[in-house]
Amino acid sequence: MKKLTKNARSNAVTYAIVIAFYVVMQVLSGSGHLSNSLTGQLIPICVYICLAISLNLTVGILGELSLGHAGFMSVGAFTGIVVAMSLQSSVASGPVRLVLAMLAGGLLATVVGVIVGVPVLRLRGDYLAIVTLAFGEIIKNIINNLYVAFDASGLHVRMLRPITASELTDGFLIINGPQGASGVTKLSTFTAGFLLILFTLFVVLNLVQSRSGRAIMALRDNRIAAESVGINITKYKLMAFVVSAALAGMAGALYAMNFTTIAAKKFDFNTSILVLVFVVLGGMGNIRGSIIAAAVLYVLPELLRAMNDYRMLIYAVVLIVVMLATNNPVLKAFLARVRDGFTGLFRRKSPTPEGGDGDE
Amino acid sequence: MSFLTNLINGVSLGSVYAIIALGYTMVYGIAKMLNFAHGDVIMVGAYMCFCAMNYWGMSPLPGILVAVVVCTALGIIIEKLAYKPLRGATSLAVLITAIGVSYFLQNAALLIFTANQKSFTSVVNLPSLTLFGGQLTIRAIAIVTVIVSAVIMVALTLFVNRTKVGKAMRAVSEDKEAAQLMGINVNATISVTFAIGSGLAAIAGVLYLSAYPNLVPTTGSMPGIKAFTAAVFGGIGSIPGAMLGGILLGVIEILGKAYISTEMADAIVFAVLIIILLIKPTGLLGRAVREKV
Amino acid sequence: MSKLVPLPSPGMVPERDVDKTPVLETRRLGITFGGLKAVEDFNLTIGRTEIAGLIGPNGAGKTTVFNLLTKVYQPTHGTILLDGRDTAGMNTVQVNKAGIARTFQNIRLFSALSVEDNVKIGLHNEIKCSMWEDIFRLPRHWKSEKVAHERALELLSIFHMEDMAAAQAGSLPYGAQRRLEIVRALATNPSILLLDEPAAGMNPSETAELMENIRKIRDTFQIAILLIEHDMNLVMGICEGICVLNYGRVIAKGEPEQIKNDPTVIEAYLGKRGAK
Repeated sequence: MKKLTKNARSNAVTYAIVIAFYVVMQVLSGSGHLSNSLTGQLIPICVYICLAISLNLTVGILGELSLGHAGFMSVGAFTGIVVAMSLQSSVASGPVRLVLAMLAGGLLATVVGVIVGVPVLRLRGDYLAIVTLAFGEIIKNIINNLYVAFDASGLHVRMLRPITASELTDGFLIINGPQGASGVTKLSTFTAGFLLILFTLFVVLNLVQSRSGRAIMALRDNRIAAESVGINITKYKLMAFVVSAALAGMAGALYAMNFTTIAAKKFDFNTSILVLVFVVLGGMGNIRGSIIAAAVLYVLPELLRAMNDYRMLIYAVVLIVVMLATNNPVLKAFLARVRDGFTGLFRRKSPTPEGGDGDE
Repeated sequence: MSFLTNLINGVSLGSVYAIIALGYTMVYGIAKMLNFAHGDVIMVGAYMCFCAMNYWGMSPLPGILVAVVVCTALGIIIEKLAYKPLRGATSLAVLITAIGVSYFLQNAALLIFTANQKSFTSVVNLPSLTLFGGQLTIRAIAIVTVIVSAVIMVALTLFVNRTKVGKAMRAVSEDKEAAQLMGINVNATISVTFAIGSGLAAIAGVLYLSAYPNLVPTTGSMPGIKAFTAAVFGGIGSIPGAMLGGILLGVIEILGKAYISTEMADAIVFAVLIIILLIKPTGLLGRAVREKV
Repeated sequence: MSKLVPLPSPGMVPERDVDKTPVLETRRLGITFGGLKAVEDFNLTIGRTEIAGLIGPNGAGKTTVFNLLTKVYQPTHGTILLDGRDTAGMNTVQVNKAGIARTFQNIRLFSALSVEDNVKIGLHNEIKCSMWEDIFRLPRHWKSEKVAHERALELLSIFHMEDMAAAQAGSLPYGAQRRLEIVRALATNPSILLLDEPAAGMNPSETAELMENIRKIRDTFQIAILLIEHDMNLVMGICEGICVLNYGRVIAKGEPEQIKNDPTVIEAYLGKRGAK
């Protein structure tokens, strides 16, 4: 039972951090203490937190490097836009449309996740990574050549050839190839973002701390041993990968609904890498770390705005220095000693030495 | 005839990918890391050659030499500062650091050269070759690229197989600890590998930009990703694999553009990669490693 | 220990198991790696509750036999009958579900996870709960977690390891890791347990305790145990039947006393001069 309570305690802290973040931001923006640019970033921050949590499921918990997370985000984003714009006349309530858009985005990302996951997960290591990258690029390329319109006769979907206004009867263009979607009604709110973080957290934490999650971690730690105790490798790899894709799809829909125009090129390889950086710096398999890393690193360039032209350069240097500092074997050993020294000071009655293993 | 033109252009583009892919594959073979900053070294090489020719009044050959020297030094410095301290760390940590280096190079270039597009002057000022009474036209740069790449590939193969340093490189890529026990200086060997890879990237950059002259700070990323794909396609870690993968990728890209769809060319390239890896999970010439139980 | 008696089909099992289908039976089992016959014509019959040993010099192919039985490698010839059922076409997961569990020579624990989680992963197919029930914490999630927790502690208590349940598996001392692997394998509810050098790295008192525990496991769970071991005291002490492997072939089979005095066995271990 001790283990259970430990997990529960750790989860409570994680939820509390997210709630505190929401409350503080609401108070600050309510009282006008938040700069305009930062207010504008609240929703993207929520989106990137969700993306980091969901990617951590693939990279940290399942232990497979994915370089195509933005692809699933993109699928969710454009599905969400199509759903939200098509329902504009039939569903009056904005929040309802947003929820429907996110659900549809998550659903289609699930389907794409299965289509991508089945072949990809047969590969290993760097080969798997490059194929996720390839799928991400293919998705981008397809959406870049996708034309979707809505009119009285319903949805028109076409590849490569633009849809012209003359083809439509009393309708409008939703996705216009490389130009992407425009005229999107802004439905996303900070509260919606906050709720999506809670939902993502709920799904990922509950999955990880259960029979399925243990199976996923088992095949990360030792595939051959996992098979020897009867764990179906394909099933659990696919489960982690697809849940991760679905959550990215929902976050993508939320992201898209925050802008009036959005194009597929926004969801390229660099976006996938950005999220991966959050996951790695936050700690592999460490969900709370992902949240904090995503929030801090996403606003860091913003905070460095004073440095103007140098900010991205500084960002790069910070990234390299942090990686060197946290991963250099010599430095790592030193930091661990310092930490042990500290915890030793504060721990009066130490439990069994093994009892203090790092949570998550 | 247009097929032949396309084929030659494909081989030419593919040769450039092959040279870049060699850098990826050699570094992967020896340091077991994906050097994501490799694509940006191409960009640095191209800017150096551009400056040498346009600002410092050099002719193409010395310009290329400047690019090669700068990139070789850059490769060694990057390895020493960013990657060497991480020897023994997880491959993911090294990957993220490489991404950091990539951001750094791109943003440094952005500061120095701004985001304004520069038009690269081709290093080859020869007229196009016209054959069969004007039916077949081949750009000089395409021919030069193919020849230069062929020379590089032969030279590199001889270097790796025949010289002492080349043997050391193969030994380190096979088993780092054993190589060290045999008295091979592993650190020096890794430095040499980075130096060669980066020097080649400079040449690739100059050739690529001579054919596709738009020079911006992010110029290196797409050919970088494609070449990385080519290296995996051929079997990462394998030198002949990188050459084969690079050339095939270039040919598929150009033929795909010409005969299937210009817009979907990238998707076609990546789809072929996925299909190949599903049939042969370690690439065309990669070795399958059996896990010991 | 009960005496080995011949079955109608070739093979011997302990007297008490003679009326029951053998838990494991291999016929002319073999595998070739690129022309090299790693295991050839391997015939073995193991009774329901037998403790059997598989011995032989280094490189004789003992672990390869385990890998064939558990389908880590697919055999190139021969058949494996598990409870009389042919396992042809099955993979590692399926043979585990059919009743074979194993440990590994080079320990393969889920070292980043806790001891309890390692055992719970072994219990994976013993508890039923879907992903949705887990995510939304439906009643069956709580019920199955409770069962898994209790069952894990119960299994750990065989080796008196309940206190270590919260420890990280990778941080355990070597001997405890070997014991945990056995517990994890047992958790899959097998009918035969394959132990690959269970006493490796243990001191004599630990080995003696291990012998006791192996017997206890057989008696409590009424299962068969096949073990690879170099410690002859352990092998001769608890095995009822012993199979000696050399260069991928069976060179002798029988009760410990017979094996001890078999000249081919002595030759295989000590060379020709030693046999004289």
